[in-house]
Amino acid sequence: MARSTKSTIQAVPLRHPFRWAAAFYFVLIGVAFIVDALHRSAYDWKAFYKYVFDVRVFKAAGVTLSLTAISMFIAIIWGVALAVMRRSPNPVFRQVSWFFIWVFRGTPVYVQLVFWGLLSTIYHSFFIGIPDIHFGHFYLGVHFPISQTASLYWLAIIGLSLNEAAYMAEIVRAGLLSVDEGQEEAATSLGMSWWTTMRFIVIPQAMRIIIPPTGNEIISMLKTTSLVTAVPLITDLYARTRNISDEIYNPIPLLMVACAWYLFFTTVLMFVQYFVEKRFARGHSPLLRVSHE
Amino acid sequence: MSESLMVSAVDIHKSFGTNEVLKGITLEVKRGEVMCLVGPSGSGKSTFLRCINHLERINSGRLMVDNQLIGYRESNGKLHELKPSEAAAQRVGIGMVFQKFNLFPHLTALDNVISGMIRVQKIDRTIAIAEGTELLRRVGLADKLEHYPAHLSGGQQQRVAIARSLAMKPKLMLFDEPTSALDPELVGEVLDAMKQLAQSGMTMIVVTHEMGFAREVADSLVFMDGGVVVESGDPEEVLRSPKHERTRAFLSKVL
Ligand SMILES: Nc1ncnc2c1ncn2[C@@H]1O[C@H](COP(=O)(O)OP(=O)(O)OP(=O)(O)O)[C@@H](O)[C@H]1O
Ligand SMILES: [Mg+2]
Repeated sequence: MARSTKSTIQAVPLRHPFRWAAAFYFVLIGVAFIVDALHRSAYDWKAFYKYVFDVRVFKAAGVTLSLTAISMFIAIIWGVALAVMRRSPNPVFRQVSWFFIWVFRGTPVYVQLVFWGLLSTIYHSFFIGIPDIHFGHFYLGVHFPISQTASLYWLAIIGLSLNEAAYMAEIVRAGLLSVDEGQEEAATSLGMSWWTTMRFIVIPQAMRIIIPPTGNEIISMLKTTSLVTAVPLITDLYARTRNISDEIYNPIPLLMVACAWYLFFTTVLMFVQYFVEKRFARGHSPLLRVSHE
Repeated sequence: MSESLMVSAVDIHKSFGTNEVLKGITLEVKRGEVMCLVGPSGSGKSTFLRCINHLERINSGRLMVDNQLIGYRESNGKLHELKPSEAAAQRVGIGMVFQKFNLFPHLTALDNVISGMIRVQKIDRTIAIAEGTELLRRVGLADKLEHYPAHLSGGQQQRVAIARSLAMKPKLMLFDEPTSALDPELVGEVLDAMKQLAQSGMTMIVVTHEMGFAREVADSLVFMDGGVVVESGDPEEVLRSPKHERTRAFLSKVL
């Protein structure tokens, strides 16, 4: 008796012939595709190798990366602000936030980018202050001229980040909603102000819900940067490789170059996301750990 | 208004939309008194407690805690709404313990207790830690300082919640069914902590169905039904010989 409970179970493992057959089949297809592709002239692998580490491509990849990073940075901050405004006790903030999300989520990002490109045609300057009130030439505010050559790079960033902020706002809002009402109540009854409650009680708890989809949004943003041609900004990865392929009349290898770089970046981001999520789960794991015990 | 009163509620009305939940509550709690509030579900007990803490705004009546009007300031015979910061300052003096504990799950027991001291009263962290440790020791949790709420039993969580409220040095403590969410064997430890608090002279309003606690610890018992106070008085008296039919019917169910 005692022996049988202590010794590990010896049994013939279940066999999975179908899995092996499927694996074999897909490997076969993959190998056949690669062998074929290596010899297909349209791919022009020589051109691919020539351009994949070309200095211009390299720089363009840098532009794509910086567009992604800066736009996401602004989008996250502005998205948190919008989500917090959305549940502020102040009705003006709530309405402004709702309206912003309505407009920027409700129109295509490509169209928005075209609009940002035309900004200097639509408005010649912008003004911060109280409109239409002036004493002679003195206005209650400041005028900023918008030059015709306003940096396309920054217009692209504005376009990308404002659009993304609308999506981030929804992600953050879902995170905030996931926090139990009792949390806000308990914090309020301790005498915490609304903002202190948000900052130290609600937002930290919402983070666990917010982080995974945010990783997704970053990867998505990396690819959306390829639309900045609409501004038109032509220094990013996609526009630059198109540009080179126009020079050499050979589009396919340069598309492959662009794909290789995009794929490389998204792969790195996926790894980063994996570790960030794991790390975050560790810091806040008491809830999870207990449920497994 | 008398100096000896901690809470004075006069004809409190409160509606949610068209649903009038409190229909003229009038009662007084003296300093150092423990009042138990009982009544059937939906009678407005939680709503009344939340009004005292200004988590809900009353529609009419006059509600004072420690001679201060709750939620309003009176000048030249007119009422002015308090600014959020002033309302928050009022809440500091009123502790509240919830049925579902509402501990902050991302903070340890100790960090829960000192959260108010640090974020609201801006007390130095080392001082707050010393005070928080002492408070947790007093509720019998000296060995659980670094535990997260999820690693504590319900009874332990509720005692942390009590300590968290006490950390703000309130003059009045409100308990909304503090033991209703607990397994029966854990009820005692929380009631003991509350009894100890009552003996230290804290003014308390306790919504509870624990009639044993009411009989032993409370100075007065108030029975609410349908948004009004039906009967109140000495707990022993009310429990032994309730005057109203509704009180009798209710007590026969919970005793
Ligand atoms: N925020 C709210 N909005 C609308 N109605 C509410 C709200 N809070 C409470 N009510 C209603 O007010 C009534 C009284 O609720 P309350 O929670 O005060 O009762 P209670 O005496 O505490 O009951 P219980 O013993 O079930 O806790 C209920 O009918 C409830 O539906
Ligand atoms: Mg209730």
